Amino acid sequence: MTNFLQKLFGNTTGRRGVGAIIIFVIIWHVGSQLDEWTGYDILGIGLVPPPADVFVAFLGVVPKVGYWMSWVASFSRVITGFIVAMIIGIPFGLLLAVNRYFRGVFFPPFEILRPIPPLAWVPASLIFWPTNEMSIAFVTFLGAFFTIVINVLGGARNIDISYLRAAQSMGASQFDLFWKIVLPGTLPSIFTGAAVGMGITWEVVLAAEMISGGGTQGGGGLGFFIWSSYMGGSLEQIVVGMISIGIAGYLSSSAIRKIGYHFMPWRRLF
Amino acid sequence: MSTPKTITKASSSAKNKKSSSSKASSAAKAKKLTSSLVELKNVSKSYGEEWASDNVLKNISVEFPAGELTVIVGPSGCGKSTLVNLLAGFEKPDEGRALIDGKEITGPAKDRMVVFQETALIPWQTTLQNVTFGPKMRGDKKGPSLVREAEDLLIKVGLGEFMNKYPIQLSGGMQRRAELARALINEPTVMIMDEPFRGLDAMSRSLMQEFFLELFDENQKTNIFVTSEIDEAIFLADNLVILSNKPTTVQTVIKIDLPRPRNYKMLTTAKAFKYRRQAMELLHGEALKSFAVLK
Repeated sequence: MTNFLQKLFGNTTGRRGVGAIIIFVIIWHVGSQLDEWTGYDILGIGLVPPPADVFVAFLGVVPKVGYWMSWVASFSRVITGFIVAMIIGIPFGLLLAVNRYFRGVFFPPFEILRPIPPLAWVPASLIFWPTNEMSIAFVTFLGAFFTIVINVLGGARNIDISYLRAAQSMGASQFDLFWKIVLPGTLPSIFTGAAVGMGITWEVVLAAEMISGGGTQGGGGLGFFIWSSYMGGSLEQIVVGMISIGIAGYLSSSAIRKIGYHFMPWRRLF
Repeated sequence: MSTPKTITKASSSAKNKKSSSSKASSAAKAKKLTSSLVELKNVSKSYGEEWASDNVLKNISVEFPAGELTVIVGPSGCGKSTLVNLLAGFEKPDEGRALIDGKEITGPAKDRMVVFQETALIPWQTTLQNVTFGPKMRGDKKGPSLVREAEDLLIKVGLGEFMNKYPIQLSGGMQRRAELARALINEPTVMIMDEPFRGLDAMSRSLMQEFFLELFDENQKTNIFVTSEIDEAIFLADNLVILSNKPTTVQTVIKIDLPRPRNYKMLTTAKAFKYRRQAMELLHGEALKSFAVLK
């Protein structure tokens, strides 16, 4: 813990970040209280519960197992969809990039399916997949899949041809060209795709949870938490849910950044 | 050290028969001296569809004598890089033949190493990994002895302290030297340099030229050096090939008869001035033609 605090306050970036959050909370507080103080109201912000009330509501849900089960439920859906999207998306994108025939066959249908927003898939997948859980995971998968594929494809096609030529001159086989040049050259794009895809997965999973009323399977998830708070009319809890999602998304993207940092030592120098 | 003239076409082809590989001690020296004769015979190359083709090279014949440094200069956009791609085997001529020691060039191979215009060091490999890449890929050199050889080469090009750095941590001049080391470890018989010092500042550029000449004097490989700088060309060259405007042919070959080892003072001699003027006039004429086309 002291280590964490040291990291947070020990450098300018950390102090700046914490400062920014404090300023944000102050603005939020002032915005929510403005009506009471002056009689004037900033449209929208005036109705938001003040941070203190939200904090109290947060303390109210923290001891409840249900709240943490929502975290677990949403996280496991996100991770499932995301990992399946990575497992299928990365090889698919690489194949599209390196094989002309594969690209000829699979790229056109891919491009037709890609613009369909994941949420438009929700009704269809609720019908097609046997359980709610599976349909949510499928929609989550779609959210990440297209982004990952497009990034991998773009990254692999953008590799400087002189690397390939140099490696070829030095006697690298097709196998080596792929593993030593194409794949590491695509890694930055893979991680960009993963980070963006992870963001979309969160967007999608929450909406999917709201629409499907994920609660029927036990563990409604954070999206359902917000939805039921809305139904129950608890404004403070809605904000608690929103902030929880923000934190969850932030944790997931930092995890991806950490992994990327580990796998791409040459990128640390930028 | 032997002078360039000791390496004739005959001796170089004899060495290519790998007769020396059995004699372990002399093998290393003999290998280093191995160089090849490279020729283009009536080569034409164009790009695009037949009905809208851009004729880049037209009926070019040029010889790159074994163990000599031949510099190619020409107006910008005249197809110098296309020439490099043909010699390296990245592309094939539409007509005519590209030959190395009389044999057709069929693709890229380790006997012809290219140093590219922009650095082609692999960004995700350290300097040392870059240098050992070729032998590792082919599996012809391995383990600690390969690493030692690579380290020696890197020390020789002045990068002893930078072996475990990534290319992005090196300056422009260092990157070019690392690339030279990466090419040399493959023991090519031909070095193809495609404007290798472009983009370096004037000081590093002249240092690199001197360093490059030292390496050349030591190794005596066939060198094909593309540049757009006349001073650089005259300073380096045994033979100066001046290309014409597009569709490109060989306009003139000037034999640069300056003694080796060379230094910068030689560029201010009357002889060098004469070469410079001759080259300038030819190139200026060609440049004017392309300028007129633009108008």
